[in-house]
Amino acid sequence: MSSRGQSQREEILACAQSLRWELGAQFHEKLVESIYADAARIAARAVTRPGATPRFDLDRAIDRLVTSRRWGIPLMVLLFALVFWITIVGANYPSQFLASLLVDRLYPWLREGAAALGLPAWLRGLGIDGVYLATAWVVSVMLPPMAIFFPLFTFLEDFGYLPRVAFNLDNLFRRAGAHGKQALTMMMGFGCNAAGVTATRIIDSPRERLIAMLTNNFSLCNGRWPTQILIASLFIGALAPPYLAGLVSAAVVVGVALLGVLLSLAASWFLSRTALRGEVSTFSLELPPYRPPRLGQIIYTSLIDRTAFVLWRALVFAAPAGAVIWLVANVRVADASLAEHLIHFLDPLGFWLGLNGVILLAYLIAIPANEIVIPTVLMLTVLTTRLTGVGGGAGVMFELDNPADTLAVLRAGGWTLLTGVNLMLFSLIHNPCSTTLYTIYKESGSWKWTGVAAALPLALGFAVCFVVAQAWRWLGAG
Amino acid sequence: MKPDPQSAPVACETCPSRPRGGLLRLGLRLSHWDYVVALAGNPNTGKSTVFNQLTGLRQHTGNWPGKTVMRAEGGFQFAGKRFKLVDLPGTYSLLATSPDEEVARNFLLFGRPDVTLAVVDATRLERNLNLVLQILEITPRVVLCLNLMDQAQRLGLQVDDRRLARDLGIPVVPVTARYREGLDALLQAVYDVATGAVVCRGYRVRHEDPELTRALEPLVARLQRAFPGLPNARWVALRLLDGDERIIEAVRTGEFSEPAPARNETPPTPAPPVTATAT
Repeated sequence: MSSRGQSQREEILACAQSLRWELGAQFHEKLVESIYADAARIAARAVTRPGATPRFDLDRAIDRLVTSRRWGIPLMVLLFALVFWITIVGANYPSQFLASLLVDRLYPWLREGAAALGLPAWLRGLGIDGVYLATAWVVSVMLPPMAIFFPLFTFLEDFGYLPRVAFNLDNLFRRAGAHGKQALTMMMGFGCNAAGVTATRIIDSPRERLIAMLTNNFSLCNGRWPTQILIASLFIGALAPPYLAGLVSAAVVVGVALLGVLLSLAASWFLSRTALRGEVSTFSLELPPYRPPRLGQIIYTSLIDRTAFVLWRALVFAAPAGAVIWLVANVRVADASLAEHLIHFLDPLGFWLGLNGVILLAYLIAIPANEIVIPTVLMLTVLTTRLTGVGGGAGVMFELDNPADTLAVLRAGGWTLLTGVNLMLFSLIHNPCSTTLYTIYKESGSWKWTGVAAALPLALGFAVCFVVAQAWRWLGAG
Repeated sequence: MKPDPQSAPVACETCPSRPRGGLLRLGLRLSHWDYVVALAGNPNTGKSTVFNQLTGLRQHTGNWPGKTVMRAEGGFQFAGKRFKLVDLPGTYSLLATSPDEEVARNFLLFGRPDVTLAVVDATRLERNLNLVLQILEITPRVVLCLNLMDQAQRLGLQVDDRRLARDLGIPVVPVTARYREGLDALLQAVYDVATGAVVCRGYRVRHEDPELTRALEPLVARLQRAFPGLPNARWVALRLLDGDERIIEAVRTGEFSEPAPARNETPPTPAPPVTATAT
């Protein structure tokens, strides 16, 4: 650039600067007003409404109901309860089918095949008892609930219901000192927290955006729904009479999800009054028209974009985790396996939290992905209780094609109702998975805030579990 | 018009509404391209649906404002030309108060797309036009995609696309993207603007405040002297008067004088207003 060009450009800026003072503060508003006036005029010329009286407006009738002050939130809770009930009841049969296919039939066949080929025992153990069984487990436990839940969720999304949920919750978020759009990013987090964190870009103010990022983890994500659904059916649904079991389990899962929303609000409130103080900014939320959902699109989005994506991610993490589990179960140090040492070491901490060493070890192994917590817990439980009826030796995941068997294994591992409740709580309140943490780092550009995002929920989770466990024991319920 | 060397020019072959060979979706194959097309619009108007239909990619779409927060790119081929399609974040304005608005605006301003495809919701035309008018301040090379026509019909709205095209001075194509209705006409309009077969004469917002006009005149003149060929001097002047940091920076560093990608320039003589060529 020539120096002449440079001075010419500086002169323009100086000129603009002085003219700016002459124009005054009303200038920006006038500018926007003239754009709006022209847009209104052009639109009025182009659009005509032939019918003088508008027909019955279905959209507005639905909106008046689902966003009403009185019925909006109860309807929302009922609707989500219905979704979970369908998921829980519907997932049972395909789960059993998949387990009997992958574990009862294919697994022995693979073992015999490998033995016939003369593969060494350690390789058979690592490959088939570890990697294969871990992935087979993930498929049979996770695939059916996801294949039911995600299409239903996508249906609500495509229909246009989710922004109404945000509308209902907006007032609460504002009172918590957060941006109203956080209700939208939270809804995204119910699918995947990493996606929810990315979605916080729609929030303009950095302060409110950071709050939204740090609290997104309280939205139960894909990876954690199956854990919640399974434990709720095993421990709490089982307490109810059989015809009510599905309903009760669904209600419990909705309760946990709502607790997540409350925690999200509470954490936002806390942050906006301590480290992230500041003004609340306003925004306008557009409620899109309801659109007839397209079935093909819903099935594609929910099965390919969501179910297959989550399942693939779970499998990618489950395969090496299966190998790790087999190894910690079979590498012996002194008189016991590595897993037994670790579990023994973690047990006291687990006791104080109303959990146990198995769950804590499972969370350590499953740091990369929440999806594999439950399979890991089951495998480690069998391992330490040395149940002989199930499984085929140390570190072998067993055949559990009905929930009653799973419950029997867990009971044998010393599980109580308290353990189940606290596992659900801990699954809701703990550090985000590594993908989400990495996304938070990328979005915030700060290791400090990434650290806070990990430490805050973890500390809260420990605190909540601890308090629940102590209160439970003090009351003598557990 | 592109003359066809193979055969004698028959009327049908030069007719603008003749389909020029089908759409070829190129997905992510973007090694080289003839034209860059930006996809802009308010949130939740179906931009991502249009993007997916044209490129064959599977950008996640949803009935959900603010779905697309990042810039997505894909390619398609139409009538033998390769187009790079850039899906910009949905915004209500281009005054750049938030990151997504800034992404969209900077791309229109500095990325200098050959055509900007503005997707609007036909049932919310007035609000959507606010953004379209702001886009037209930056670039006249715009095709209006009047999306969600099925919804408009359901609501009993009649949208006069020809009148809109006359008023805005750009091609306007009614479309129902989710059922692929009107996409051929849309592609034809994009092609025509890209190749220069149709010249847009974008509507400019009238600022009637005499004080503002007095302030704008010297500034616009200076900008045109410093950056010859700048297509949006008035808009840049307005942004300077509004104290827009990014634009002040761009003037200071001379970013505006960087050569634009090769394209057919708008002729200086005013052309007659364009009506939608393919409806």
